[in-house]
Amino acid sequence: MASAIEFRHVSKIYYRHHTRRFFHRYLMERMRRVPREPFYALRDVSFELEEGGSLAVIGPNGAGKSTLLSLIAGLSFPDEGQVEVRGRVAGLLELGSGFHPDLTGRENLVVYASLLGLSRKELRDRFDEIVEFSGIGDFLDEPLRTYSAGMILRLAFSVAIHVDADIMLFDEILAVGDQAFQAACLDKIRELRRKGCTFVCVSHSSELLKRLCTRGIWLEGGQVVRDGPVAEVIEAYQLSLVAHAHSAGPGRG
Amino acid sequence: MRVFRYGFLLRNLVVRDFKIRYRNMSLGVFWSLLNPLVMMGVLTFIFTKIFPNPSIKNFGVFVLCGLVPFNFFSLAWVSGTTSLLNNAALVKRVRLPREAVPVSVVLANGIHFLIQIGLLLAFVLGAGYGVNPHWLWLPLIFGLEVVFVCGLSLASSAMDVFFRDVRYIVESTNTVLFWLVPIFYSFAIIPEQYKTVYQFNPVAAVVMACRLILLENRQPPFSILWKLTLVSTVALLIGLAVFRRSKRRFADYL
Repeated sequence: MASAIEFRHVSKIYYRHHTRRFFHRYLMERMRRVPREPFYALRDVSFELEEGGSLAVIGPNGAGKSTLLSLIAGLSFPDEGQVEVRGRVAGLLELGSGFHPDLTGRENLVVYASLLGLSRKELRDRFDEIVEFSGIGDFLDEPLRTYSAGMILRLAFSVAIHVDADIMLFDEILAVGDQAFQAACLDKIRELRRKGCTFVCVSHSSELLKRLCTRGIWLEGGQVVRDGPVAEVIEAYQLSLVAHAHSAGPGRG
Repeated sequence: MRVFRYGFLLRNLVVRDFKIRYRNMSLGVFWSLLNPLVMMGVLTFIFTKIFPNPSIKNFGVFVLCGLVPFNFFSLAWVSGTTSLLNNAALVKRVRLPREAVPVSVVLANGIHFLIQIGLLLAFVLGAGYGVNPHWLWLPLIFGLEVVFVCGLSLASSAMDVFFRDVRYIVESTNTVLFWLVPIFYSFAIIPEQYKTVYQFNPVAAVVMACRLILLENRQPPFSILWKLTLVSTVALLIGLAVFRRSKRRFADYL
């Protein structure tokens, strides 16, 4: 089967002072060639995910999980190596990006759908379905600031899964929903997977990941520590956490 | 032009920006009219009572012809410049044609521009100037100004991501331009050697053309039109080029 996502020796490098680089600093660097300290958010990462596959990415904070997702989404680009992604990508990388609290649920829905690439006609055809799946009901015409985090998630998720993407990305957001909605999401995701949709999920909830994904990648310090069936990778990761807690000193773990 | 293939998205972003600005304000769109009216009042007071200038009749309408295009220019350019930073979550986390962000913000300001143009035309008619066939030039002239600001904002918003000082440069430039655009003085009193240079400033060109059409019932001269078209088109092309060159790195800096 063809691969949907392919990473070949991918590195993503950030430099210190990235956020505080003013013009004079830029000029100084250009003129004096001040060596900048590189920080590898990802280092030499290679993997391939086949069409219809489902990948869980786990690891501690700062391991490079979100960087990996934004490379797949085409939001940022690798400094070394190649990323190849085949198909339309949609995803929820952060809850509520693109949403505005003063606009109603309906208005946000329309804007968000067009941001994710739906055309006017596609949105018209799917509008009712999106609203129904979200379960927002009467709140649809209330401003978003009256919504709970769970409701925002339902709205955003509902739009995202109706985009007909070939590849879907989820970054640590499904955990916000309640049990019933999580179950509905899982059903929907399984249905999409049967249609051949590829999934990549980042989460700290190992239960969720085990139910959603078949394959796991454990990232740490920007490098792949382990790549294999999801249950094995999660188990290995959790063992390492326990081991780490023990070695950190007595009275802990 | 990739920007124009995303009509539905662009339209939604424009409407979004416009709604956000006026939601929860009791006076709403009225604010759009208040600012030029207050400025018109102040400038009319100064230049009819303190430094009277008898060579200009109907000073209020005269100055409004300058204020409306200038207001649009300065507000749209500043908000266009900061648009990527203000929508950082969007640019970082949602895959969208990124050009749409500054362009939609400029176009949302364009809605206010339309409202203010309505106000201007009302004052022109109220002061006794009639409708004339040269009014047909107005959409082209105002449209070219929008194109010009889109170009500037594409470039300045991209640079603002990397150097946050750009916003202040833009604001200072606007302050300077308030004096260098013939808003409260007429093009006629500008010394001959500077006139050509003035025409290359699209905002000044729009103001001049606007006055010729509305107040003097004359067709804007070809020299103004071609310079306006040239500068606006070049600005748009440069803006798109600068934007395209740097947009791959936006997510790393926001």
